[in-house]
Amino acid sequence: MTTTDLQAGFDETIAHEWRVEPRDWMPDGYRRTLVRQVAQHAHSEIIGMQPEGGWLTRAPSLRRKQVLMAKVQDEAGHGLYLYSAAETLGVDRDDLTQQLVDSRQKYSSIFNYPALSYADVGTIGWLVDGAAICNQVPLCRSSYGPYARAMIRVCKEESFHQRQGYELLMTMMNGTDAQRAMVQESVDRFWWPSLMMFGPPDADSPNTEQSMAWGIKRHTNDELRQRFVDMSVPQAAALGVTLPDPDLAWNDDRGAHDFGEPDWSEFAAVVRGDGPCNVQRVAHRRAAHEDGAWVREAATAFAAKQAAS
Amino acid sequence: MSDEPVRAGWPLYEVFVRGKRGLNHVHVGSLHAADDEMALRHARDVYTRRNEGVSIWAVRADLVAASSPAEKDPFFAPSADKVYRHPTFYDIPDDVPHL
Ligand SMILES: [Fe+2]
Ligand SMILES: [Fe+2]
Repeated sequence: MTTTDLQAGFDETIAHEWRVEPRDWMPDGYRRTLVRQVAQHAHSEIIGMQPEGGWLTRAPSLRRKQVLMAKVQDEAGHGLYLYSAAETLGVDRDDLTQQLVDSRQKYSSIFNYPALSYADVGTIGWLVDGAAICNQVPLCRSSYGPYARAMIRVCKEESFHQRQGYELLMTMMNGTDAQRAMVQESVDRFWWPSLMMFGPPDADSPNTEQSMAWGIKRHTNDELRQRFVDMSVPQAAALGVTLPDPDLAWNDDRGAHDFGEPDWSEFAAVVRGDGPCNVQRVAHRRAAHEDGAWVREAATAFAAKQAAS
Repeated sequence: MSDEPVRAGWPLYEVFVRGKRGLNHVHVGSLHAADDEMALRHARDVYTRRNEGVSIWAVRADLVAASSPAEKDPFFAPSADKVYRHPTFYDIPDDVPHL
């Protein structure tokens, strides 16, 4: 078959909303875009364990420790589903890890913010996992089969993440004034970075159009951001917290909320590596990877010995 | 990679999970492990954290025989042209019961 035939077969698959599977022919650009997106997504799950991970030993009760442990373990699982999907595109898992610890591949900017108070565990579950859900639900229909299937598994688990966070915040809001203030302070810090999780405005997102044509992306950044705002407003009201945006207001004509512009220069700085925790996050991941080398070596030696005997 | 010759040696396993008794094992993803036992343990931890399975198969990916996409059409052609294997191929009057 000629490349034209192959391209026509691929185009037909996309046009019919069929799924592209690993051994199918695909254009280089499609493969490259997917590798970048899936790897970046996998890295985000893995790095995403760190902000909350610091609270594992400090959560206030056995129940909260148990829940947080299960949540953080899920994020590790999400990373592994996604590395598995990335690997079907012909890349090597070790190589992806190396690119992460060498800062040659990115992860979601949100995880470069610190979890300073215990309320942040709740806010991360509510807003950060909530924004992730907004992003991920449409990806269950991604044109690349292994990615779509990984997203279905991830989405099933994310609902628990968001609910445990919201429940934690509700509990604190029913507590003392100091606890309520702690929740509000946390929401104030995480609201804008959560909006930035959807990426730059559509006008500054040159790859969106191609990704949507390929069925890798299903909605634009601004569409998803709007959906997230509209979902969050009644949740904030039920919780009794204020979202830190003076421009936030219902717009009857649009049937949606108007809201302020995130500080895109801050977003650019965090993406560039100048966020509050970029260096710490990557250094921690590198240390965990390197400190675990002897375990991997021992397991290999053991397996070789067993196979020989 | 030269700085990590050991890790590169962990083979890839494809993982299949039987969701419950009465169902087939279904492919759920892959993982790397040093040996079969580790593959099963990791598969349990990664793919069955919420009772998703009662049985797991972990199969070395290099041992899976797969049809190749290049021969896709001729490979599956023998089944495509045998419409008489489907019940709808046969015309039976509507008033004949239980057929
Ligand atoms: Fe996740
Ligand atoms: Fe999550």
